[in-house]
Amino acid sequence: MSNFYTDTTDLQFQLSHPLMKKIVALKENGFADKDKYDFAPLDYEDAADTYNKVLEIIGEICDTTIAPNAESVDHDGPQLIDNAVHYARGTRENMEMLNQAGLIGMSLPRKYGGLNFPITPYVVAAEMVSRADAGFANIWGLQDCAETINDFASEEVKDEFLPRFQFGATAAMDLTEPDAGSDLQSVQLKAHYDQDRGIWILNGVKRFITNGDADISLVLARSEDGTSDGRGLSLFVFDRKDGGLIVRRIENKMGIKGSPTCELVFKDAPAKLVGDRRLGLIKYVMALMNSARLGIGAQSVGISEAAYREALKYATEREQFGKPIIQFPAVYELLTVMKVKLQASRALLYETSRFVDMYKSYAHHSEERKLEKEEKDEMKYYQKLADVYTPLVKLIASEYCNQIAYDAIQIHGGTGFMKDFPVERLYRDARITTIYEGTSQLQVVAAIRGVTTGVYLSKIREYENTKVSPENELLKKRLTEMTAEYENAIQKAQRSDDGEYLDFHARRLVEMAGNIIMGYLLLLDSERDQVYRDSARIFIKRAQSWNRERMLYIHQFEPNDLGLYKIDLMKL
Amino acid sequence: MKSLKIIVLAKQVPDTRNVGKDAMKADGTVNRGALAAIFNPEDLNALEQALRIKDKHPNSEVVILTMGPGRAAEIIREAIYRGADRGYLLTDRKFAGSDTLATSYALSMAIRKMEPYALVIAGRQAIDGDTAQVGPQVAEKLNLPQVTYVEEIQNITETEIVIKRRLERGVEIVKSTLPLLITVHNSAPACRPRNAKRLMKFKHAQTVTEMQNSSEDYIGLQNDRPYLRIEEWSVDDVKADDTWLGLAGSPTKVKKIDNVVFKAKESKVLSGDNGDVEWLVKELIANSTIG
Repeated sequence: MSNFYTDTTDLQFQLSHPLMKKIVALKENGFADKDKYDFAPLDYEDAADTYNKVLEIIGEICDTTIAPNAESVDHDGPQLIDNAVHYARGTRENMEMLNQAGLIGMSLPRKYGGLNFPITPYVVAAEMVSRADAGFANIWGLQDCAETINDFASEEVKDEFLPRFQFGATAAMDLTEPDAGSDLQSVQLKAHYDQDRGIWILNGVKRFITNGDADISLVLARSEDGTSDGRGLSLFVFDRKDGGLIVRRIENKMGIKGSPTCELVFKDAPAKLVGDRRLGLIKYVMALMNSARLGIGAQSVGISEAAYREALKYATEREQFGKPIIQFPAVYELLTVMKVKLQASRALLYETSRFVDMYKSYAHHSEERKLEKEEKDEMKYYQKLADVYTPLVKLIASEYCNQIAYDAIQIHGGTGFMKDFPVERLYRDARITTIYEGTSQLQVVAAIRGVTTGVYLSKIREYENTKVSPENELLKKRLTEMTAEYENAIQKAQRSDDGEYLDFHARRLVEMAGNIIMGYLLLLDSERDQVYRDSARIFIKRAQSWNRERMLYIHQFEPNDLGLYKIDLMKL
Repeated sequence: MKSLKIIVLAKQVPDTRNVGKDAMKADGTVNRGALAAIFNPEDLNALEQALRIKDKHPNSEVVILTMGPGRAAEIIREAIYRGADRGYLLTDRKFAGSDTLATSYALSMAIRKMEPYALVIAGRQAIDGDTAQVGPQVAEKLNLPQVTYVEEIQNITETEIVIKRRLERGVEIVKSTLPLLITVHNSAPACRPRNAKRLMKFKHAQTVTEMQNSSEDYIGLQNDRPYLRIEEWSVDDVKADDTWLGLAGSPTKVKKIDNVVFKAKESKVLSGDNGDVEWLVKELIANSTIG
């Protein structure tokens, strides 16, 4: 018996970050709800204590129900019977448990039956559930859709749909189509307004839809005749009870097998508009994707935690040449690097969560009242940061997660290749994280703005200006060197007017920035708690040599070298 | 159906399932300080049975009763987070050292004070003593019929109950009148989890003693929210007779405690040939494992 919350001190550490006090004060709006709701917190200490206690409930359910079910869920998977998705037995049990514990709609306002949790503790929960079963985390994590309805829908739509989440309504976001994957602007599913009935009608096909048979679905559809780009798309909310949905099939996947990935056909399905027409993709889906990307960050860190634990356990138990294999340098280096990557990506995950919390809370306040100038500035500041940190954490956490899962198999040796240990499932589950909710390549497209606009750099300067203890000065010096090298690399990458040249090096630059940021986060974490000092040292030293390799590559890369890489289709 | 009052007996116990090196003291008694205090597992099965009745008959009331030191109020809160309506903590220095007989007497006096009730539900046994005596003894003292090893309550009306018992070689379905005391077996369904909203609502629920020792920030909270009060009963409150309580009221005396060390005794390696298989079958019949 353990508890996925209390056995991972990093999580409690992240929740005790100094910025949390401000986040909670904003979210709770001066703790005004305490007179209206008997379950609202009385003050910051009360709220913080509540987060800990509720996360302990989730940690316990992860340990006693979700993790033990993961193997059978992976094996059984969901089934399609009579146009309805039936979850595996374990999935149903998991849902039932989380429903009984009241853990659906955690971040929704209390008036809709939610717990009014900030994003940060919700992300902690998502990380734990992912560690227990990454596939199940998708089904549970789609409660993000409630957040989008709450952010953008009319009061009428909110009142109709949001109170259902507390009773366990499941959700889906129906975006991709056979010919609209990464390129969502080309979505074809058609929405037309039926004047007589006063409702919208959906017709068309959606593909690769996680949990496609959900109770409540957000559907991206073309509402404007004659358009072909993103500005002709609107977002709709569809109620499964209203009919008109055919689940054509469930995909047979490599990993996250417990989560049903569906192909859907909408046939004259009635739906309601979310927010305003034409803002579907350019505003609402972008917001939805951002919270989903943060969710994949959490999922990736959760899988990394699980894989690291499996590897550590095996390496201490497995003996070869007369001693546990963890005593061999080749093995303990692997394990320590896994742990350091895990902690670095986790630090980035919660830094990003806090930024999202800050700007979202202000955004909600701004609907109720006019913000003061300082508040408005602060909202903009955090929104800017959240916009470039979100793709960064999605990129880095998912790539690390794959590296960690790969190394975890390596530590298991031949045994890891067998179906006998959970690590092979983790390896399969990890694989999708760099692909869905935007591939790593697309995260770079979003994150490169943080490089070119200087948002990363100005935040790095802020970290740099934070005072550190004398024993950390040397590490900080390394980070300032890395920052100079990063600036230099940006300059080199921008030497050509050809946008393609910058695109070519974009990932290198984004990852260099990510390394410096994670280095600072670990360094600053070690100021708050000594246990992070070793990780900071290892991470920063590795990151510096790694960044130098990138810098050297960019330096020696001439603008016309691009041609060497271009594949001439005519010669194929 | 009118409201059914269901009393659940629960005990806070040291977590003997996760025993470390220092779990026992040199004198052979349990080192309670070294073990986490938890809700006795089968009492959780008992609570779930009570909550299932309340699911079906929502105007029923699930009341938790525990006897122990002040910190045992924690399991009352935990039961409330899981769905119990309220709880009573039976606490008094005079209870200290009570064996199962004295405990049963104390509990029965508290239950008398809670009349009328339809059902008393207890776990089969606690993991610290493993006696399984308290439930049945309470029933005797209250002159109630009792059903032990309960796995499922199949039906309950205002006057009657149908129960499935888990026995060594099968199950037994029994019917009884109410009121009644039952003890629940661990093959019954596990208890539902703590509910986040209930936790948030009731986390400040406290006994008078706890309130006196708590921080000043939340003083007065119970005036506005009377449901946050956990009743605390002393020996006098339940009108119990001192001489039946504590060490004086406990005839059980520990004579000797042995440390048991498990080790393999003689073993025999068997192959799959007929001779060995025949030997094994004979052996298993002889010691009544099969047959």
